[in-house]
Amino acid sequence: MKVAILGMGSVGKGVASVLSSKDLGVMVTGVADSRSGLIDPDGINIGALLATKRSTGLCGSAGITAMDVVRGAPYDILIEVTPTDAVSGEPALTHIRTALTMGRHVVTSNKGPIVHALHALRSLAASKGTSIRYEATVAGAIPIMHTLADGLAGNEVLALYGVLNGTCNYILTRMAAEGLTYEQALLEAREMGYAEADPTYDVKGIDAAIKLVILANTIWGTSSCLKDVEVRGIDLVTLDALQLAEDQGCTIRLIAEADPSNRILRVSPRILRSRHPLVTEGTLNAITLVTDLAGEITLMGKGAGSVETASAIIGDLLAIRSRYGRCD
Amino acid sequence: MKLEMRDAPGQLVAALKPISDLGGNIIAVIHQRDPGSRSEVLGVQIVLDLPQDRLSDLTDLIRSQGVNILRVNEERLLCTRAVIMIGHLIHTDLGGTVDAIDRTGFAEVTGLTIRMPAIDQRSSARFTIRSVNREHMEDAIAILRTVAREKGLLMIEPMGVSQ
Ligand SMILES: NC(=O)c1ccc[n+]([C@@H]2O[C@H](COP(=O)([O-])OP(=O)(O)OC[C@H]3O[C@@H](n4cnc5c(N)ncnc54)[C@H](OP(=O)(O)O)[C@@H]3O)[C@@H](O)[C@H]2O)c1
Repeated sequence: MKVAILGMGSVGKGVASVLSSKDLGVMVTGVADSRSGLIDPDGINIGALLATKRSTGLCGSAGITAMDVVRGAPYDILIEVTPTDAVSGEPALTHIRTALTMGRHVVTSNKGPIVHALHALRSLAASKGTSIRYEATVAGAIPIMHTLADGLAGNEVLALYGVLNGTCNYILTRMAAEGLTYEQALLEAREMGYAEADPTYDVKGIDAAIKLVILANTIWGTSSCLKDVEVRGIDLVTLDALQLAEDQGCTIRLIAEADPSNRILRVSPRILRSRHPLVTEGTLNAITLVTDLAGEITLMGKGAGSVETASAIIGDLLAIRSRYGRCD
Repeated sequence: MKLEMRDAPGQLVAALKPISDLGGNIIAVIHQRDPGSRSEVLGVQIVLDLPQDRLSDLTDLIRSQGVNILRVNEERLLCTRAVIMIGHLIHTDLGGTVDAIDRTGFAEVTGLTIRMPAIDQRSSARFTIRSVNREHMEDAIAILRTVAREKGLLMIEPMGVSQ
């Protein structure tokens, strides 16, 4: 099976190094970053690729663009791991549409195209006999999409609750554990590399809301968008409030909630018993699904990280291989 | 619940002890000496807070003490939730916020703890709300949600009123 990888950042490098260190029968024939690209039908040497990227900042030749790789490399599956643009979904949307139109499968960790155009991309894929999978867009390593599609296949999902943003969870955990103010905990999250220089997307609940929309549209076939979500972040949560919750054996977490029968789609800080299954520590994510047959199922795991996110992408690659046959 | 017991020493204790043994919380004990009733029988009304699943254990235990239970009124079982509000609580008429719940008639604010840092900084308050049942609790929280939005306060709701 041959793949092309667009994006050589944290996730792209994680995928490449796992594919080279594990014998999964997957060959990389094309790669691109923002300024260069590389195509080799016989398979790219990953060790050399990562070394070049590290020393020059480029993964290939400056004359080769991501679209050149999409159109010209011989691959079965396109791995789209460029940065998320939540407003337009681009340039990933164009990369993905082009690959699907060419009859190739797509696996992505990029939330932009999925939050915008999930159903359109799925029908495009269906019309071409291919597929698009996006396990890595929500809750990193947690196999939520596989669980929904396979393990819980005969269930009706009635509602879902999730801790979908590791940065917010880290900040709240540290405020509660160490008595830090919001500002101090945010600073610490930045130093640890858990928060971006501009943390707005995370702390205002927007990132969690995007993931909630992806989950809801996947589960219920809806076409919700970001503006349908009632969003409150954690940026106004005080240490006093956390202590008031703790006085009663509770704590505060940013919870994403979808409950279609009550028309609820919201992200907000909530009071939970300290031993509630969704009270996870640090950057851990968790999702509870409320279903008609299985009852409540809670999954917990790492929501981000290079190799952790690669785990979700590789799960999708191998699922496509077992479903569509060994494409080589 | 309404209990009937002999007016003898130890009877009231016998009726109340199982409540705390089962992790319940006694909210009120009301003695009613009904003039028309037999003088040696004392009517006592107990308002208590107890997990739903322990109720039958409790009535069994009380009966085994020889106390007669006249009526168990589940409407009396109160639902309690805490809600946290953050913002300029005092300057946005805290009393009015409390009133919005109290005047419903089906729910009331039974506890209020405020933490105020320096003046003109946002304060945080925990409102303890009681209602006779879950539907009323949901209604009370919905009212507070509207008040919070109008006053520009951040309201932190409990996770699932039914949990
Ligand atoms: N990191 C995680 O743990 C995680 C978890 C789940 C999902 N995600 C999602 O996965 C995606 C990748 O995340 P990341 O952390 O790997 O990001 P990153 O470290 O910022 O890397 C992004 C990569 O994409 C490349 N790129 C940017 N624009 C491009 C373009 N137009 N064409 C081709 N390549 C382009 C960048 O090139 P240069 O190297 O030249 O700058 C870089 O190599 C994002 O959509 C993110 O939201 C990440």
